[in-house]
Amino acid sequence: MAALSQQPGYEEEKLRKVTELLPCRELQAGFLLSVMGQPQQYSYPSIFIYGHRASGKSHVMQVLFKELELPHATVSCVECVSVASLFEHVLLSFFGYEAASLLPRSPSLSDFVRIYRQQCSRSPAKQTRYIVMEKSELLRDADANLLPALLRLQELVEDNITVILLSEISWDKFRPNTGCFEPLLLHFPDYSKVELQQILSLDRNPSYSAEFYSSYINILLGVFYSVCRDLRELRHLAALNFSKFCEPLAEGKVKETDTHKLWRNIEPHLKKAMQTVYLREVSSHQWEQMQQMEKEAEPLRGLSAHTHVELPYYSKFLLIAAYLASYNPARTDKRFFLKHHGKIRKTHFQKKNEKASNHLLGPKPFPLDRLLAIFYSVVDSRVAPTASIFSQISSLVTLQLLTQVSHDDQLDAPKYKCAVPLDFICAISRTVNFDIVKYLYDFLQ
Amino acid sequence: MATSSVSKGCFVFKPSAKKKKTLSLEDYFSDGCEGAENSEVRFKLCQDLWDKIKTETEILQDELNRNILDSLLDFTKKCSSARQHSDWASQMRASEIPTAALVLGVNVPDHDMTFQSLFELLQQSVTPHVASVQAKECGALKHLMKRVLERLMGAVVSVDDEEQAEETAEQTIAQLHKSAHCSLSTLCDWYSTRTRKSSTGTPGKKRSSPAKDDQQEPPIVVIFKDFEAFNASVLQDFILICSRYVDRLPLLFIFGIATSPSTIQHMLPHSVSSLLCIELFQSLSCTQHLATVIDKLILTPWLPFKLNSKVMLVLLSIFLYHDFSVRNFIKGVQLALIEHFHTQPLSVLCCNKEESLLNVMQLNHHNLERIRQLASFKGYLEKQEPKEQAKLLQDNTHLKDVCQRLIKDLHKYHKNYYPILRCLHTLTSALPRYPLGKQIRELHLICLEKDVWENEDYQSAMKLLKMLAKDELVTLLQRCADILQPIKSKKMKKAHVQLEELLTKFKQLDTAAGETAQSEGESIISPVKTLQKKTDLFQLQKTLLEMNESRRAKKLSPFEVLRNETLEWIDSLVRNHLSPPESQTLNEVCYYSSSATVRRHLNATPRMSIQAALSSPYYYLQNENLKTEDGSVSNAAPDICIAYKLHLECGRLINLFDWLEAYATVVSAAEGNGPESENFGKVDEVKHARFIQAVSELEFLGFIKSTKQKTDHVARLTWGGC
Repeated sequence: MAALSQQPGYEEEKLRKVTELLPCRELQAGFLLSVMGQPQQYSYPSIFIYGHRASGKSHVMQVLFKELELPHATVSCVECVSVASLFEHVLLSFFGYEAASLLPRSPSLSDFVRIYRQQCSRSPAKQTRYIVMEKSELLRDADANLLPALLRLQELVEDNITVILLSEISWDKFRPNTGCFEPLLLHFPDYSKVELQQILSLDRNPSYSAEFYSSYINILLGVFYSVCRDLRELRHLAALNFSKFCEPLAEGKVKETDTHKLWRNIEPHLKKAMQTVYLREVSSHQWEQMQQMEKEAEPLRGLSAHTHVELPYYSKFLLIAAYLASYNPARTDKRFFLKHHGKIRKTHFQKKNEKASNHLLGPKPFPLDRLLAIFYSVVDSRVAPTASIFSQISSLVTLQLLTQVSHDDQLDAPKYKCAVPLDFICAISRTVNFDIVKYLYDFLQ
Repeated sequence: MATSSVSKGCFVFKPSAKKKKTLSLEDYFSDGCEGAENSEVRFKLCQDLWDKIKTETEILQDELNRNILDSLLDFTKKCSSARQHSDWASQMRASEIPTAALVLGVNVPDHDMTFQSLFELLQQSVTPHVASVQAKECGALKHLMKRVLERLMGAVVSVDDEEQAEETAEQTIAQLHKSAHCSLSTLCDWYSTRTRKSSTGTPGKKRSSPAKDDQQEPPIVVIFKDFEAFNASVLQDFILICSRYVDRLPLLFIFGIATSPSTIQHMLPHSVSSLLCIELFQSLSCTQHLATVIDKLILTPWLPFKLNSKVMLVLLSIFLYHDFSVRNFIKGVQLALIEHFHTQPLSVLCCNKEESLLNVMQLNHHNLERIRQLASFKGYLEKQEPKEQAKLLQDNTHLKDVCQRLIKDLHKYHKNYYPILRCLHTLTSALPRYPLGKQIRELHLICLEKDVWENEDYQSAMKLLKMLAKDELVTLLQRCADILQPIKSKKMKKAHVQLEELLTKFKQLDTAAGETAQSEGESIISPVKTLQKKTDLFQLQKTLLEMNESRRAKKLSPFEVLRNETLEWIDSLVRNHLSPPESQTLNEVCYYSSSATVRRHLNATPRMSIQAALSSPYYYLQNENLKTEDGSVSNAAPDICIAYKLHLECGRLINLFDWLEAYATVVSAAEGNGPESENFGKVDEVKHARFIQAVSELEFLGFIKSTKQKTDHVARLTWGGC
């Protein structure tokens, strides 16, 4: 495979700069350039590039096109709420605003092709035009004809154009049932530890030496490499913890070269970062403030530590009833909620296929009637079936503590599922002195 | 003018101009109002009071929110200034979108006010670019985008009156509407033109706050009012898109969270939440909010309008059991207020003291008669001498004088009631297991209901107070003194002086403590000495009993004496001032007592209404023919009522044919066919059709449904019967 710096048709100076900007991705960039050929040559109609998040796909494309000054349009498929915006964006970047405004209100694919050809005949391509589609896995949810059409857009518009699809998913998951043109596949492998080290060391703090920063990165990778290989996350963590790393240096306790002492200082700190800021339990801003405070007055409570929810009294019981309805089989209701149920052992109820615990299977849907029947037998006082009881059910749904299983339009006998975990419901029932475990079929002796 | 029906048919009568006039609020108020002659005065009083309540609660709300709003504002300012710094670390993590997670509690409708004031504050002091969105208007990403862009770019048109700005803004808006989609790149362009212009524009022209001027790039704030209700994928996509533009747009999110912050992690995967820099802001809980509202609104003498215990209980139970909504609580108070002034003609006296004294003089004979009919006044009358009684019943001017005095007494009662209530609460709220409730509202309810000193809990609380150690008691009393100090009424001043005296006595005890300890020691030791001599079991028991006796009779230490004295004094205060309002003469003037009305209006029971309508149609239709004594349905009732009544007699499954037969029998009886007549109980086509209609109506209302268990049967969906 040709080295990146010797591609015919491109200036060597520019190629060298590209090489500099793309550390550890020379191979892939070189392959791409050789496929693309010289600017004026026709290229392969579609190229499919896949690799995990932060493996440099978009970055390589961006650098190549920008540095080599090739005509291109970069579209993020998340941003394309409709195909219209996709078409408009492409036309806008190739032919300017007038072309984009020619599109009808809700354009079809053929509208796009028609306008493209019309514009193209006016200003034919001197160089290959490129369309880069980021997050192209979303194209699978778009119209069925869009992906196959994009793959052979070159034929459709009869222009020197290449579509490059970037994705985190391999091509096998894309291939439509009806078959389509096979794009050229290119895989971007994950960066290795050495490569990560090399890349991360590039954005060093200007006030410290390169060796110092790279030793810091080395320590950081030692802690985080086992849990996270995402370059972007690692870069974020490196930036957050660097000031702590430099602290002994600023106090004059150690020299830059004394790696071992520095390591001893930062290691517990990084471990803590792994549990908090990496999981976004604590925001990076708060993390920095904690570092500045020196003394840890009190450990900051992460987001998931706040699970307590205050609810009105009857809402709590409605939620409890919903939980019971979701996790108990309907035929055991008699045993739990009738006064003279007699002693019925669990084995009596058990069917042959019902071995697994209901808590392992997840919540089951239940009709509104059952919820209310359980509610009235669970709540200790007599409750009038007022409108606000019903409105509480729907507000529990909007709070996402219950989920409505049936469609919104179905007024008759709506069905719900309880969406709260066991811990949560136990905490809730403790506040109203209700022993929920006694009423759960799974925990019956 | 009186015209007969014939002439009406010949001439055109133009509708009188009066009728066309739309009714004002006052007309609605006086319509059907009890005692219409002074309805105007009452309407005015009612409105004044409501305005007062409204402003007071708004001020309260602002005060309560101030803390959290201030910290939020700081956060936004800090974020936007941090962007403009360019040190290495903040550059490295500039890709995060600063996000404030605002936890507000489950009473979602109440949040509107908070967000409104947040919105205004942000616009005033941080940035003109604020957009707030609700979940229900953003079902899809497209709509969310559109709303955000419209609100950001549209707001400028209305705020800024520079001509040029208007033009460009209009252009972009037009562009927005014309193109089928809108994207953040449009916003980017708009934002860059805005900031460029404002940096080159002459500062003299600007009329915005100075904060905006020193900041070249004001942040763009997007408020998600109800985070939980948003579609998770829409939100994720939106955040992903925004993060692509974060280097060009200084975005900032505010999430309004109703449940708990962990929902963020439930809704957003790590790949998305890693794009945010989330900081948590916790607002005051709604129970605390309610406590403050009650404290400032209900437990004060300045508001002459009062709720009695039952109404209070209804409002509180709606709050605690159903919705946790302070707004609804205040609405409930408003309803009670309007109802009170609407139905009680004597409510003209429900205003501040001077005004009500004036209004007493203006009472007409009719209203004076009403006063004489009041239950509390009758009680007062019985206590008077016969001569005075006769005078009160006959002499209107004398009655007016007495009324003035009574009104004054009522106002005095209120002035003394609340400070003493607070004192008692301070004393009892620290006791173990809270015999008189943790919150002051619970104590208030007890006091409203009946004589608090006859309550068992009160007595146990007093016993517990008698066991308090000195330093505890003194701190509690000191707090009581602080409560009493600012009160201006005579009695309270006196009470304050007495309390201060008691406190100084407590302080003097310390010096006298030494002498008493010795004598006490002696009295205890002596029986113990005798105890050592006896060994007999019976004797031991006897001595122990004696010891117990002697200890009870034992001379109390000076502290104990003083403590008992203090508590007796407190008890006397409670007995004097915390008597329930029913015991006060003329309390009906100020106290609203119809809890049933409030409950019916605020906590509707749709199913009960339907059942009431079906089982006793007279209640709604008011047709004399339908009136029955024993709760049964008359034959002339609407078909559906008859069908309903008949279906109540059936079991779980109903045979349609039997039902039809029974229906036909009832209906023919209504048509006047006696049992002996020829086609009595015969089913003709019309009856059949009417029956089918009634049955389908019942099915629509959810009383029955079709079933496949048995042919020609329907299943009942309700239990119970006649």
